[in-house]
This record gives sequence, structure tokens and C-alpha cells, in this order.
Amino acid sequence: MNFDSSTGPSRASARRAFEEQRRRRSITIAATSTVAFVALVVILVPRMPRWDRVKQSFFSGEQFADSFPRLLDAFVLDLKIFAWSVPVILGFGMLVALARVSRNPALFPIRALCVIYVDLMRGVPVLLWIYLIGFGVPGLGLERPWNSPLLWGTVALCLTYSSYVSEVFRSGIEGVHESQRAAARSLGLTHGQTLRLVVIPQAVRRVIPPLMNDLVSLQKDVALVSLIGPIEILRQAGIDKSKFANFTPYVVAAVIFLCITVPLTRTADWLLARERRRTGATRVAA
Amino acid sequence: MRKTKSLAALALTAGLLLAACGDDSDSSTADTTAASEETATADTTVAAEGDAAAEGDATAAGTGNECTAGKTLEEGKLTIGTGNPAYSPWVENDAPESGEGFEAAVAYAVAEELGFSKDTVTWVRTSFDEAIQPGAKNFDFNLQQYSITDERKKTVSFSDPYYTSNQAIVGFADSAAANATSIADLKDLKFGAQAGTTSLDFITEVIAPSSEPFAYDDNAGAKAALEAKQVDAIVLDLPTAFYVSAVEIEGTKVIGQFPANAGSGADEFGLVFDLDNPLVECVNTALAALKDGGELAAIEKQWLSDKTGAPVIATE
Repeated sequence: MNFDSSTGPSRASARRAFEEQRRRRSITIAATSTVAFVALVVILVPRMPRWDRVKQSFFSGEQFADSFPRLLDAFVLDLKIFAWSVPVILGFGMLVALARVSRNPALFPIRALCVIYVDLMRGVPVLLWIYLIGFGVPGLGLERPWNSPLLWGTVALCLTYSSYVSEVFRSGIEGVHESQRAAARSLGLTHGQTLRLVVIPQAVRRVIPPLMNDLVSLQKDVALVSLIGPIEILRQAGIDKSKFANFTPYVVAAVIFLCITVPLTRTADWLLARERRRTGATRVAA
Repeated sequence: MRKTKSLAALALTAGLLLAACGDDSDSSTADTTAASEETATADTTVAAEGDAAAEGDATAAGTGNECTAGKTLEEGKLTIGTGNPAYSPWVENDAPESGEGFEAAVAYAVAEELGFSKDTVTWVRTSFDEAIQPGAKNFDFNLQQYSITDERKKTVSFSDPYYTSNQAIVGFADSAAANATSIADLKDLKFGAQAGTTSLDFITEVIAPSSEPFAYDDNAGAKAALEAKQVDAIVLDLPTAFYVSAVEIEGTKVIGQFPANAGSGADEFGLVFDLDNPLVECVNTALAALKDGGELAAIEKQWLSDKTGAPVIATE
């Protein structure tokens, strides 16, 4: 590994050869260990004494085929709730974040309110908010359709997730270096312009990966709305499970959820990687 | 790739663990005959001598009869499961130990018939769904209005029915639902029921309303939705329906009950046992004795509302 004596170009090619060799080696190791691991699972699991029973109650092909269309149908409701919630959460979360980082002394009561809101929403399980808002608010005597559990369940989800998201945005905004603001102000931009043109664009770009995490977790928490009535995928799976005394419907639901969450997570990973490349952090090999 | 596989492995392992926890119920029946002679004599003594004389024997004799020997979770003790919480009129004040409420009274009557004295009965709590899932049970039998269905029989065993109930609907007395006399009148209503129950099946299969019903974890959820008027009516078994309308939600009434032959309408409640539990036979003998002796009818009369009180809704 002594390249010191080499001349310029040959030193570079030697390095390339060395790197190539390291790369091949790590690919071989990765492939071998993956194959060994998969083989272990594939060979060992079916040999477990109760595998047949587990297979029958969790991976029954017949039950899978029977439940799949019904569950896919129920999943549409999850997607709808998700689609309604995301814009509301992003908008409201950003508003709360902006209120919290505002520096105007007159806005102190709003800042205080936002702190209380975020503490309350983040500190209490989503489940409780869904019960409280989903049954409580309509219980005040609203008429249909304004007492719909779908509406208030979505409101509860939006309120809790906005608080998480506002904290993500706030960390992004606070992560923009103070010199950026100073530079913008010295160019003659107002406070508002600074925020809009300089701080927020950088902040948002920086927090997209953690934001995706919250969205993935929202996608799963949508199922909690079923607690106050609407039959969405997880509830339908539970009903099927009770009816057929078989857990396969839950596996079906899991597969359907994965079809959405895996691409979402991969996108988040990809965005994160891009962000790292962009900000110039170098990757250290194993 | 690796991550996905390891997740799959994790899921599999979890599944295996769950299954491994299952069915260790094959309690041995071998000692039954050995123990039977002694216990049988002890039992007859108690029956013959009556209360005062039996005092001394009570502890010895109060630990089961010849049939139950070796079949209960804990020898000489009977462990009974019920809901958490348990509701009126099935169990009064969520205190089954008091023996008050229909199911609490039935449980103690069965226990007595099996030769268990009151102090050898232990109560445990399970959720509705939990007790009818595959897996080891922490009770000898469980009662919380479990309807006997073929699907459930694949995972648990049932005793003979101890009660037959009709499905009933509860709604506000001043609502659109209140004057329904046939299924056709109910089609446009929004319904709610507890998920995983025969009541929910009844809604989807027999009433088949035009809008999808709402489902809840328990009856409390369905009641909350009715109170918030998110649903027009909820479906329950008749005794619960009477209790809800009379005591729990002001302004509601039992709009009607469905005739026993309507689809999955008639519900026969059975005691739930772990699958193929040999104790079922003993309990069935006890239940038969309670039915023949009129005790079961007396308990029903004492704790459950009169069944004839609600109008019958036509299903054709």
C-alpha cells in the first residue's frame, strides 16, 4: 500500500485498482452473508414444530385471496384521510413554527399559545385525542354532517401531527445560520422578506427527510380513526380476523400498508442521501 | 434487502412465539377415575345432609366433583373469566364476585353444580376478542355474551347455550329510526355496533343498510356514537339494549327486536373454553341440571328484563 514512490498517473491508477478491489470484496461479503441469512430463515423456520399452525393462521393463501379485495377497498378510506390531512398538517405546522420563531414582542401571547399547543399535542397519545375530539366535539350537539367521526377524527390527526411537524420546521428554521439573516437584512430585505426568501427555503430543504418520517408515521396512524367508527383497513382486518378466526387479514393489511410506506421511506432515504451529497459531507467506508 | 429479510424473520419469529404460546390445554384426564370414587361419596353426603351438617365437609367438598377432577387450571379451584369491565345487566357494578347480575349468577350456579364452593371460584378479566383468539387461556371458562358461531368453534370450545337472545336496535325515541317496523324502514339509517360481534354481522348481512355501518372496539364506543348522533341506531343483544335505553342513554328506546330466525339474528350465548377442553362435558351436565331444575329460568327472571317488551321487526 505504499504509493509514495510511484509517479503521478500510475499512482492514481493503482489507487483506482485498490479501490476496485475493496469494492468487489465488500460486495462479495454482503452477498455471502445475505445468502447465508436467507437460507437460514428459509430452511429453519419451516422446520419449527408448529410452523404448520402458524402458516395456517397467519399465511393462509385462501384467506389472503378472500380478504385482499375487501381490505384494498377499505384502504381507500385510509388514503383519503391521508390525502386530506397532509396539506393541512404542512400548512398549519409551518404557521405554528413561524409563530414560535417570531421575534416581535407584541406576538408574545401567540408564541406562548403555540408552546402550550405543541406541549399538549405532543405530550398526549394520538389515540386519546382521537377519542376526545372524535366523540367529544360531536357530542356537544352538532348536526350531521358536521358531527361526522371522519371529520373530527381527521381534525384530531391534523392537530397532533401539526404539532410534530411544527417542531421539525422550527428546528429547520433555527438551523439556518444567523449570518444568513444578517446578510439578508444588510442587503435591505425586511424581516418578512428575509424569512420568506432566505430562511424558509433553506429550512424546508433541510427538513424534508425528517418530514417524510412524520408522513410515514401519519400514514400508519390514520388507522386510529377507526376507533371512533369508520371502517378502514385495520378495522376491516380485525372484523375479518374475528369472523374467520384467522390472522391472515392482518398480514394482508400489513402488505398493503408496506406498498405505501416502503416507497415513502425509500424516497426519504434518497432525499437524505441527496442532501448529504449536496452539503458535501463525505462518506466513510466500513 | 438485508433489512427487509431481517424484518421478515422478526415477523416470523414473533408469529412462532405466538403460536408456541398456544394450546397447551390437553389437561390429563387420567386421574379422573382415580379421584372419582372418593369425591362422589363426599358429594352425596353434602347433598343428603343439608346445610347445617355439611358445614364441616364444605371445604373438602367445595373443590369440584368427580367430573372436574384434573380438568381445571388449578386443581380444586374454578377460574372464570369475564369482560373488563363487565356490564349490567350481565354483571352488576362490574363486581362478578358478588354473584349479582345474570352472568355472575349463572357462573356461580354452574360452579355450585360442579361442586365448587363460592370461595374456590376465582375471577379473571379478559377483553371480548382476547378470549376467543387461539392460544392458552388463563380461565377455565369465560362468559361475556359470547354467541356460539361455527367460525369461533374453530378456535375455542363452547358449552351448550345458557341464554338465547334476539338482536335488538336502540335509537333515539324522536329519531327517524323510531317508527321502523320492517327491515325496509331501516335501510337508510346509519348503524353502529361493536366490531367482531354477531351484531355487526347482523347489520351487514341482514339489514344491509345503504351506508356502511360504523364499528367500535366495544359497546361503549357504539353508545358514545349514538349519543353524539353520529349513528341513528346501534345493534345489541336484547337485554343490553334494554339496559342502554332505560339506564344509560336518556331519550332512547328499544326500537325493536328481530325474530329469532332472522339470519344470524338469534344469538345463543355459550360459555367459552379453550379448544377441546374436557371440562366442557362437566359444565354441560351442570347446565342441563340447572335448566331441568328451573334454576336457570329463575336467574334469568331475576336479572334480565322481560323479553316480550319490544316490538318485533319483520325481516321480509
